[in-house]
Amino acid sequence: MNLKNRNLISISDYNKEEYLYILKLAEDFEKNPVQDVAKGKVVATLFFEPSTRTRLSFESAVCRMGAKVIGFSDASNSSTAKGESLADTIRTVSCYADLIVMRHPLEGAARVASEVATVPVINAGDGANQHPTQCMLDLYSIMKTQGTLDNLNIAMVGDLKYGRTVHSLVEAMSNFNTTFHLVSPESLKLPSQVKMHIKRKNLKYFQYTEIPDVMDKVDILYMTRVQRERFLDIQDYEKVKNSYVLDKSMLINCKPNMKVLHPLPRVNEIATNVDATPQAYYFQQAQNGVYVRQALIAAILGLK
Amino acid sequence: MKKELVVSAIKNGTVIDHIPADMLFQVAKILDLTSRNTLVLLANNLDSMKLGKKGIIKCQDLYFNQDEINKIALVAPSATLITIRDYEIKEKMNVGIPSYIEGTVKCYNPKCITNVEKVTPRFDVIDKSELKLQCRYCQKITKKETLTFL
Repeated sequence: MNLKNRNLISISDYNKEEYLYILKLAEDFEKNPVQDVAKGKVVATLFFEPSTRTRLSFESAVCRMGAKVIGFSDASNSSTAKGESLADTIRTVSCYADLIVMRHPLEGAARVASEVATVPVINAGDGANQHPTQCMLDLYSIMKTQGTLDNLNIAMVGDLKYGRTVHSLVEAMSNFNTTFHLVSPESLKLPSQVKMHIKRKNLKYFQYTEIPDVMDKVDILYMTRVQRERFLDIQDYEKVKNSYVLDKSMLINCKPNMKVLHPLPRVNEIATNVDATPQAYYFQQAQNGVYVRQALIAAILGLK
Repeated sequence: MKKELVVSAIKNGTVIDHIPADMLFQVAKILDLTSRNTLVLLANNLDSMKLGKKGIIKCQDLYFNQDEINKIALVAPSATLITIRDYEIKEKMNVGIPSYIEGTVKCYNPKCITNVEKVTPRFDVIDKSELKLQCRYCQKITKKETLTFL
Protein backbone atom coordinates (compact mmCIF):
# COMPACT_ATOMS: atom_id res chain seq x y z
CA MET A 1 0.00 0.00 0.00
CA ASN A 2 1.47 3.35 -1.00
CA LEU A 3 -0.25 6.55 0.09
CA LYS A 4 2.78 8.78 -0.47
CA ASN A 5 1.80 12.27 -1.66
CA ARG A 6 -1.92 11.43 -1.58
CA ASN A 7 -4.27 14.22 -0.50
CA LEU A 8 -6.99 13.52 2.06
CA ILE A 9 -9.80 15.97 1.38
CA SER A 10 -12.89 13.80 1.71
CA ILE A 11 -13.42 10.39 3.28
CA SER A 12 -14.39 9.14 -0.18
CA ASP A 13 -10.85 9.88 -1.44
CA TYR A 14 -9.69 6.66 0.25
CA ASN A 15 -11.12 3.16 -0.11
CA LYS A 16 -11.81 0.43 2.45
CA GLU A 17 -8.35 -1.14 2.15
CA GLU A 18 -6.74 2.26 2.62
CA TYR A 19 -8.82 2.95 5.76
CA LEU A 20 -7.70 -0.39 7.19
CA TYR A 21 -4.08 0.32 6.32
CA ILE A 22 -4.21 3.67 8.18
CA LEU A 23 -5.90 2.02 11.19
CA LYS A 24 -3.16 -0.60 11.29
CA LEU A 25 -0.48 2.12 11.26
CA ALA A 26 -2.37 3.96 14.01
CA GLU A 27 -2.29 0.82 16.13
CA ASP A 28 1.48 0.80 15.75
CA PHE A 29 1.67 4.46 16.85
CA GLU A 30 -0.55 3.72 19.83
CA LYS A 31 1.88 1.03 20.97
CA ASN A 32 4.84 3.29 20.38
CA PRO A 33 3.68 6.94 20.19
CA VAL A 34 7.09 8.60 20.11
CA GLN A 35 8.78 7.69 16.84
CA ASP A 36 11.29 10.02 15.21
CA VAL A 37 10.30 8.92 11.70
CA ALA A 38 9.57 12.44 10.43
CA LYS A 39 12.74 14.15 11.67
CA GLY A 40 13.68 17.02 9.36
CA LYS A 41 10.16 17.33 7.89
CA VAL A 42 8.05 20.47 8.17
CA VAL A 43 4.26 20.35 8.49
CA ALA A 44 2.24 23.53 7.96
CA THR A 45 -0.98 23.81 9.97
CA LEU A 46 -3.04 26.53 8.31
CA PHE A 47 -6.12 27.26 10.41
CA PHE A 48 -8.12 29.94 8.63
CA GLU A 49 -10.66 29.57 11.44
CA PRO A 50 -9.87 28.60 15.01
CA SER A 51 -10.17 24.97 16.11
CA THR A 52 -8.13 24.32 19.20
CA ARG A 53 -8.82 20.61 19.51
CA THR A 54 -8.06 19.58 15.92
CA ARG A 55 -5.03 21.84 15.62
CA LEU A 56 -3.48 20.65 18.88
CA SER A 57 -4.15 17.03 17.96
CA PHE A 58 -2.32 17.46 14.64
CA GLU A 59 0.51 19.42 16.22
CA SER A 60 0.89 16.81 18.96
CA ALA A 61 1.07 14.11 16.27
CA VAL A 62 3.74 16.05 14.35
CA CYS A 63 5.84 16.71 17.48
CA ARG A 64 5.76 13.05 18.52
CA MET A 65 7.16 12.11 15.11
CA GLY A 66 10.11 14.49 15.37
CA ALA A 67 8.89 16.93 12.69
CA LYS A 68 8.45 20.69 13.07
CA VAL A 69 5.23 22.70 12.80
CA ILE A 70 4.78 26.07 11.11
CA GLY A 71 1.50 27.87 10.54
CA PHE A 72 -1.21 30.03 12.04
CA SER A 73 -4.27 29.42 14.20
CA ASP A 74 -6.46 32.24 12.93
CA ALA A 75 -6.80 33.88 9.49
CA SER A 76 -6.31 37.32 11.05
CA ASN A 77 -2.68 36.32 11.60
CA SER A 78 -2.16 35.41 7.95
CA SER A 79 -1.83 37.23 4.64
CA THR A 80 -5.48 36.38 3.96
CA ALA A 81 -6.26 39.40 6.14
CA LYS A 82 -4.39 41.50 3.55
CA GLY A 83 -6.58 40.12 0.77
CA GLU A 84 -4.37 37.34 -0.57
CA SER A 85 -6.24 34.58 -2.37
CA LEU A 86 -6.35 31.09 -0.89
CA ALA A 87 -4.58 29.72 -3.98
CA ASP A 88 -1.64 32.14 -3.57
CA THR A 89 -1.33 31.38 0.15
CA ILE A 90 -1.23 27.65 -0.57
CA ARG A 91 1.26 27.97 -3.45
CA THR A 92 3.57 29.97 -1.17
CA VAL A 93 3.29 27.64 1.83
CA SER A 94 3.99 24.70 -0.52
CA CYS A 95 7.49 26.17 -0.83
CA TYR A 96 8.03 26.02 2.93
CA ALA A 97 6.49 22.72 4.05
CA ASP A 98 6.37 19.02 3.16
CA LEU A 99 2.69 18.69 4.05
CA ILE A 100 -0.19 21.11 4.54
CA VAL A 101 -2.93 20.55 7.11
CA MET A 102 -5.68 23.11 6.72
CA ARG A 103 -9.00 24.17 8.18
CA HIS A 104 -11.11 26.76 6.39
CA PRO A 105 -14.62 28.16 6.97
CA LEU A 106 -15.59 27.84 3.28
CA GLU A 107 -16.80 24.53 1.87
CA GLY A 108 -14.56 23.12 -0.84
CA ALA A 109 -11.56 25.23 0.22
CA ALA A 110 -9.38 22.18 0.90
CA ARG A 111 -10.13 20.73 -2.54
CA VAL A 112 -9.07 24.03 -4.14
CA ALA A 113 -5.89 23.98 -2.04
CA SER A 114 -5.07 20.43 -3.17
CA GLU A 115 -5.36 21.52 -6.81
CA VAL A 116 -2.73 24.25 -6.48
CA ALA A 117 -0.42 22.83 -3.79
CA THR A 118 2.82 21.12 -4.80
CA VAL A 119 2.80 19.15 -1.53
CA PRO A 120 0.00 16.91 -0.21
CA VAL A 121 -2.95 18.48 1.65
CA ILE A 122 -4.94 17.05 4.56
CA ASN A 123 -8.35 18.61 5.14
CA ALA A 124 -8.85 19.40 8.83
CA GLY A 125 -12.40 20.66 8.17
CA ASP A 126 -13.89 22.86 5.45
CA GLY A 127 -17.03 24.51 6.81
CA ALA A 128 -19.91 22.05 7.15
CA ASN A 129 -18.52 19.90 4.35
CA GLN A 130 -15.83 17.35 5.32
CA HIS A 131 -13.58 16.47 8.24
CA PRO A 132 -12.04 13.17 7.11
CA THR A 133 -9.49 12.75 9.91
CA GLN A 134 -12.35 12.88 12.45
CA CYS A 135 -13.99 10.07 10.51
CA MET A 136 -10.75 8.06 10.50
CA LEU A 137 -10.40 8.42 14.27
CA ASP A 138 -14.06 7.41 14.69
CA LEU A 139 -13.32 4.25 12.66
CA TYR A 140 -10.26 3.57 14.79
CA SER A 141 -12.26 4.04 18.00
CA ILE A 142 -14.98 1.67 16.79
CA MET A 143 -12.37 -0.93 15.85
CA LYS A 144 -10.54 -0.56 19.17
CA THR A 145 -13.71 -0.97 21.23
CA GLN A 146 -15.33 -3.76 19.21
CA GLY A 147 -12.28 -5.58 17.85
CA THR A 148 -13.70 -5.31 14.33
CA LEU A 149 -15.49 -2.94 11.97
CA ASP A 150 -17.58 -5.67 10.37
CA ASN A 151 -21.27 -6.49 10.96
CA LEU A 152 -21.84 -3.94 13.75
CA ASN A 153 -25.01 -2.17 14.87
CA ILE A 154 -24.36 1.54 15.12
CA ALA A 155 -26.72 4.22 16.43
CA MET A 156 -26.28 7.80 15.28
CA VAL A 157 -28.05 10.20 17.62
CA GLY A 158 -28.98 13.88 17.39
CA ASP A 159 -28.59 16.20 14.43
CA LEU A 160 -28.29 13.79 11.54
CA LYS A 161 -29.26 16.37 8.95
CA TYR A 162 -26.39 18.83 9.33
CA GLY A 163 -23.76 16.82 11.24
CA ARG A 164 -20.80 16.35 8.91
CA THR A 165 -19.19 13.71 11.17
CA VAL A 166 -22.35 11.60 10.92
CA HIS A 167 -22.45 11.87 7.13
CA SER A 168 -18.82 10.82 6.73
CA LEU A 169 -19.14 7.99 9.24
CA VAL A 170 -22.23 6.60 7.49
CA GLU A 171 -20.34 6.69 4.20
CA ALA A 172 -17.25 4.99 5.62
CA MET A 173 -19.10 2.38 7.72
CA SER A 174 -21.25 1.42 4.72
CA ASN A 175 -18.18 -0.53 3.60
CA PHE A 176 -18.41 -2.84 6.61
CA ASN A 177 -21.90 -4.39 6.49
CA THR A 178 -23.15 -2.08 9.24
CA THR A 179 -26.76 -1.89 10.40
CA PHE A 180 -27.60 1.74 11.10
CA HIS A 181 -30.00 2.95 13.81
CA LEU A 182 -30.79 6.61 13.18
CA VAL A 183 -32.18 8.54 16.14
CA SER A 184 -33.21 12.14 15.51
CA PRO A 185 -36.06 14.64 15.62
CA GLU A 186 -38.28 14.48 12.51
CA SER A 187 -36.83 17.72 11.18
CA LEU A 188 -33.19 16.59 11.56
CA LYS A 189 -33.30 13.19 9.84
CA LEU A 190 -30.41 11.88 7.78
CA PRO A 191 -30.59 13.45 4.27
CA SER A 192 -31.53 11.10 1.41
CA GLN A 193 -28.22 11.93 -0.29
CA VAL A 194 -26.39 10.31 2.67
CA LYS A 195 -28.85 7.39 2.92
CA MET A 196 -27.85 6.56 -0.66
CA HIS A 197 -24.54 5.19 0.68
CA ILE A 198 -26.49 2.71 2.83
CA LYS A 199 -28.91 1.79 0.05
CA ARG A 200 -26.18 1.28 -2.55
CA LYS A 201 -24.68 -1.47 -0.36
CA ASN A 202 -28.12 -2.99 0.39
CA LEU A 203 -27.63 -2.41 4.12
CA LYS A 204 -30.37 -2.04 6.70
CA TYR A 205 -31.27 1.16 8.52
CA PHE A 206 -33.95 1.96 11.07
CA GLN A 207 -35.20 5.39 12.15
CA TYR A 208 -36.26 6.34 15.66
CA THR A 209 -37.05 9.47 17.64
CA GLU A 210 -36.04 8.29 21.14
CA ILE A 211 -32.65 7.05 22.44
CA PRO A 212 -34.07 4.25 24.71
CA ASP A 213 -35.54 2.55 21.60
CA VAL A 214 -32.04 1.58 20.42
CA MET A 215 -30.24 1.03 23.70
CA ASP A 216 -30.37 -2.79 23.76
CA LYS A 217 -29.66 -3.16 20.04
CA VAL A 218 -26.41 -1.36 19.36
CA ASP A 219 -22.65 -1.80 19.73
CA ILE A 220 -21.88 1.90 19.30
CA LEU A 221 -23.92 4.95 20.36
CA TYR A 222 -22.55 7.89 18.36
CA MET A 223 -23.87 11.06 20.00
CA THR A 224 -24.08 14.51 18.39
CA ARG A 225 -25.60 17.73 19.59
CA VAL A 226 -29.07 18.97 18.63
CA GLN A 227 -28.54 22.71 18.28
CA ARG A 228 -31.27 25.23 18.92
CA GLU A 229 -30.35 27.30 15.87
CA ARG A 230 -31.27 24.38 13.58
CA PHE A 231 -34.97 24.80 14.43
CA LEU A 232 -37.18 27.33 12.66
CA ASP A 233 -39.65 27.24 15.54
CA ILE A 234 -38.18 27.52 19.04
CA GLN A 235 -41.14 25.57 20.46
CA ASP A 236 -40.21 22.60 18.29
CA TYR A 237 -36.75 22.69 19.86
CA GLU A 238 -38.13 22.92 23.39
CA LYS A 239 -40.29 19.84 22.74
CA VAL A 240 -37.41 17.60 21.70
CA LYS A 241 -34.31 18.99 23.41
CA ASN A 242 -34.39 16.58 26.36
CA SER A 243 -34.96 13.55 24.14
CA TYR A 244 -31.42 13.76 22.85
CA VAL A 245 -29.56 14.01 26.13
CA LEU A 246 -27.90 10.80 27.28
CA ASP A 247 -28.03 10.13 31.01
CA LYS A 248 -26.41 7.33 33.03
CA SER A 249 -29.86 5.90 33.91
CA MET A 250 -30.47 5.20 30.19
CA LEU A 251 -27.52 2.82 29.97
CA ILE A 252 -29.13 0.04 32.06
CA ASN A 253 -30.30 -2.06 29.14
CA CYS A 254 -27.25 -1.60 26.95
CA LYS A 255 -25.22 -4.47 25.49
CA PRO A 256 -22.07 -5.24 27.53
CA ASN A 257 -19.77 -4.23 24.67
CA MET A 258 -21.62 -0.97 23.93
CA LYS A 259 -19.53 2.22 23.87
CA VAL A 260 -20.59 5.86 23.67
CA LEU A 261 -18.70 7.99 21.15
CA HIS A 262 -18.91 11.75 20.53
CA PRO A 263 -16.81 13.92 18.19
CA LEU A 264 -16.58 16.60 20.93
CA PRO A 265 -16.91 19.32 22.06
CA ARG A 266 -19.82 18.18 24.18
CA VAL A 267 -22.23 20.76 25.54
CA ASN A 268 -25.07 19.05 27.40
CA GLU A 269 -26.02 16.11 25.19
CA ILE A 270 -24.15 13.66 27.41
CA ALA A 271 -24.71 14.14 31.14
CA THR A 272 -21.45 14.24 33.10
CA ASN A 273 -22.66 11.24 35.14
CA VAL A 274 -21.97 9.11 32.02
CA ASP A 275 -18.27 10.05 32.03
CA ALA A 276 -17.27 7.54 34.69
CA THR A 277 -19.28 4.62 33.26
CA PRO A 278 -17.53 1.81 31.35
CA GLN A 279 -19.54 2.84 28.28
CA ALA A 280 -18.01 6.33 28.03
CA TYR A 281 -15.27 6.32 25.38
CA TYR A 282 -15.27 9.91 24.03
CA PHE A 283 -12.10 11.09 25.74
CA GLN A 284 -10.13 8.01 24.61
CA GLN A 285 -11.63 8.73 21.19
CA ALA A 286 -9.95 12.16 21.24
CA GLN A 287 -6.69 10.50 22.32
CA ASN A 288 -7.01 8.09 19.37
CA GLY A 289 -7.07 11.14 17.11
CA VAL A 290 -3.39 11.70 17.73
CA TYR A 291 -2.44 8.12 16.71
CA VAL A 292 -4.60 8.25 13.60
CA ARG A 293 -3.11 11.60 12.58
CA GLN A 294 0.39 10.24 13.15
CA ALA A 295 -0.51 7.32 10.89
CA LEU A 296 -1.86 9.61 8.17
CA ILE A 297 1.13 11.94 8.28
CA ALA A 298 3.55 8.99 8.13
CA ALA A 299 1.71 7.36 5.22
CA ILE A 300 1.29 10.58 3.20
CA LEU A 301 4.90 11.63 3.72
CA GLY A 302 5.93 8.14 2.61
CA LEU A 303 7.62 7.35 5.92
CA LYS A 304 5.73 4.11 6.63
CA MET B 1 -45.74 29.62 -51.29
CA LYS B 2 -42.00 29.73 -50.85
CA LYS B 3 -40.95 30.45 -47.27
CA GLU B 4 -38.58 33.38 -46.94
CA LEU B 5 -35.56 33.00 -44.66
CA VAL B 6 -35.53 35.58 -41.88
CA VAL B 7 -31.82 34.99 -41.38
CA SER B 8 -29.56 34.53 -44.42
CA ALA B 9 -28.28 31.09 -45.20
CA ILE B 10 -24.64 30.34 -44.49
CA LYS B 11 -22.36 28.49 -46.87
CA ASN B 12 -20.41 26.51 -44.28
CA GLY B 13 -20.77 26.33 -40.50
CA THR B 14 -23.33 25.52 -37.81
CA VAL B 15 -26.96 26.43 -37.31
CA ILE B 16 -28.37 26.13 -33.79
CA ASP B 17 -32.14 25.96 -34.07
CA HIS B 18 -35.03 25.57 -31.62
CA ILE B 19 -33.46 27.60 -28.83
CA PRO B 20 -36.06 28.81 -26.28
CA ALA B 21 -36.40 32.55 -26.96
CA ASP B 22 -35.45 33.54 -23.42
CA MET B 23 -32.23 31.52 -23.62
CA LEU B 24 -30.81 32.76 -26.94
CA PHE B 25 -28.24 35.09 -25.45
CA GLN B 26 -27.31 32.57 -22.76
CA VAL B 27 -26.53 30.02 -25.49
CA ALA B 28 -24.44 32.61 -27.32
CA LYS B 29 -22.54 33.27 -24.10
CA ILE B 30 -21.96 29.59 -23.31
CA LEU B 31 -20.58 29.00 -26.81
CA ASP B 32 -18.42 32.10 -26.42
CA LEU B 33 -19.81 33.63 -29.62
CA THR B 34 -19.09 37.18 -28.49
CA SER B 35 -15.35 36.68 -28.93
CA ARG B 36 -15.46 34.97 -32.35
CA ASN B 37 -14.21 36.78 -35.43
CA THR B 38 -16.41 34.98 -37.93
CA LEU B 39 -19.91 35.90 -39.10
CA VAL B 40 -22.49 35.09 -36.39
CA LEU B 41 -26.18 35.73 -37.08
CA LEU B 42 -28.76 35.74 -34.29
CA ALA B 43 -32.53 35.96 -34.55
CA ASN B 44 -35.02 35.79 -31.73
CA ASN B 45 -38.77 35.53 -31.13
CA LEU B 46 -39.37 33.63 -34.36
CA ASP B 47 -42.64 31.69 -34.49
CA SER B 48 -42.18 28.06 -33.59
CA MET B 49 -44.70 25.21 -33.67
CA LYS B 50 -42.73 23.42 -30.96
CA LEU B 51 -41.75 26.27 -28.62
CA GLY B 52 -44.16 29.12 -29.42
CA LYS B 53 -41.25 31.54 -29.79
CA LYS B 54 -37.73 30.44 -30.59
CA GLY B 55 -34.26 31.74 -31.27
CA ILE B 56 -31.81 30.69 -33.96
CA ILE B 57 -28.06 31.19 -34.33
CA LYS B 58 -26.06 30.75 -37.53
CA CYS B 59 -22.29 30.63 -37.29
CA GLN B 60 -20.25 30.91 -40.47
CA ASP B 61 -17.21 28.57 -40.55
CA LEU B 62 -17.68 27.49 -36.94
CA TYR B 63 -18.09 23.90 -35.82
CA PHE B 64 -18.52 22.61 -32.27
CA ASN B 65 -17.44 19.42 -30.62
CA GLN B 66 -19.84 17.26 -28.62
CA ASP B 67 -18.68 18.66 -25.24
CA GLU B 68 -19.29 22.25 -26.33
CA ILE B 69 -22.68 21.33 -27.72
CA ASN B 70 -23.70 19.49 -24.58
CA LYS B 71 -23.03 22.57 -22.46
CA ILE B 72 -26.04 24.30 -24.00
CA ALA B 73 -28.28 21.35 -23.08
CA LEU B 74 -28.67 22.87 -19.61
CA VAL B 75 -30.42 25.95 -21.02
CA ALA B 76 -31.74 24.68 -24.34
CA PRO B 77 -32.50 20.96 -24.18
CA SER B 78 -34.74 21.34 -27.24
CA ALA B 79 -31.97 22.79 -29.43
CA THR B 80 -30.92 21.17 -32.69
CA LEU B 81 -27.43 21.51 -34.17
CA ILE B 82 -27.22 21.47 -37.95
CA THR B 83 -23.90 21.24 -39.77
CA ILE B 84 -23.88 23.03 -43.12
CA ARG B 85 -21.43 22.36 -45.96
CA ASP B 86 -21.81 24.26 -49.21
CA TYR B 87 -25.34 25.39 -48.25
CA GLU B 88 -26.42 21.78 -47.72
CA ILE B 89 -27.43 20.13 -44.44
CA LYS B 90 -24.77 17.52 -43.70
CA GLU B 91 -25.73 16.49 -40.16
CA LYS B 92 -28.44 17.12 -37.56
CA MET B 93 -27.82 16.52 -33.88
CA ASN B 94 -29.83 16.92 -30.71
CA VAL B 95 -28.07 18.16 -27.60
CA GLY B 96 -27.53 15.88 -24.59
CA ILE B 97 -26.93 16.70 -20.93
CA PRO B 98 -23.19 16.19 -20.27
CA SER B 99 -21.91 14.20 -17.31
CA TYR B 100 -19.49 16.98 -16.29
CA ILE B 101 -19.95 20.76 -16.36
CA GLU B 102 -17.28 23.40 -15.87
CA GLY B 103 -17.56 27.17 -15.71
CA THR B 104 -21.16 27.53 -16.88
CA VAL B 105 -23.24 27.33 -13.74
CA LYS B 106 -22.94 28.82 -10.24
CA CYS B 107 -22.94 26.58 -7.18
CA TYR B 108 -26.10 27.42 -5.22
CA ASN B 109 -24.30 27.08 -1.86
CA PRO B 110 -23.31 30.59 -0.68
CA LYS B 111 -20.62 29.05 1.55
CA CYS B 112 -18.95 27.27 -1.37
CA ILE B 113 -15.42 28.46 -2.07
CA THR B 114 -16.35 28.96 -5.77
CA ASN B 115 -18.72 31.78 -4.75
CA VAL B 116 -16.09 33.64 -2.75
CA GLU B 117 -12.70 33.11 -4.41
CA LYS B 118 -11.85 33.12 -8.13
CA VAL B 119 -12.38 29.41 -8.64
CA THR B 120 -14.11 27.94 -11.69
CA PRO B 121 -17.17 25.94 -10.57
CA ARG B 122 -17.06 22.27 -11.60
CA PHE B 123 -19.93 19.82 -11.31
CA ASP B 124 -20.68 16.16 -11.87
CA VAL B 125 -24.17 15.65 -13.26
CA ILE B 126 -25.56 13.00 -10.92
CA ASP B 127 -29.10 12.97 -12.34
CA LYS B 128 -29.63 13.92 -15.97
CA SER B 129 -33.43 13.63 -16.01
CA GLU B 130 -34.02 15.73 -12.86
CA LEU B 131 -30.91 17.83 -13.60
CA LYS B 132 -28.96 17.55 -10.34
CA LEU B 133 -25.40 18.84 -10.32
CA GLN B 134 -22.98 17.93 -7.53
CA CYS B 135 -20.29 20.52 -6.86
CA ARG B 136 -16.81 18.98 -6.97
CA TYR B 137 -15.72 21.41 -4.24
CA CYS B 138 -18.45 21.66 -1.60
CA GLN B 139 -20.31 18.46 -2.65
CA LYS B 140 -23.67 20.25 -2.43
CA ILE B 141 -26.27 19.53 -5.07
CA THR B 142 -27.54 22.32 -7.29
CA LYS B 143 -30.98 21.46 -8.69
CA LYS B 144 -32.79 22.72 -11.77
CA GLU B 145 -34.84 25.17 -9.65
CA THR B 146 -31.69 26.74 -8.17
CA LEU B 147 -29.66 26.90 -11.39
CA THR B 148 -27.94 30.24 -12.05
CA PHE B 149 -25.69 30.78 -15.05
CA LEU B 150 -22.37 32.57 -14.80
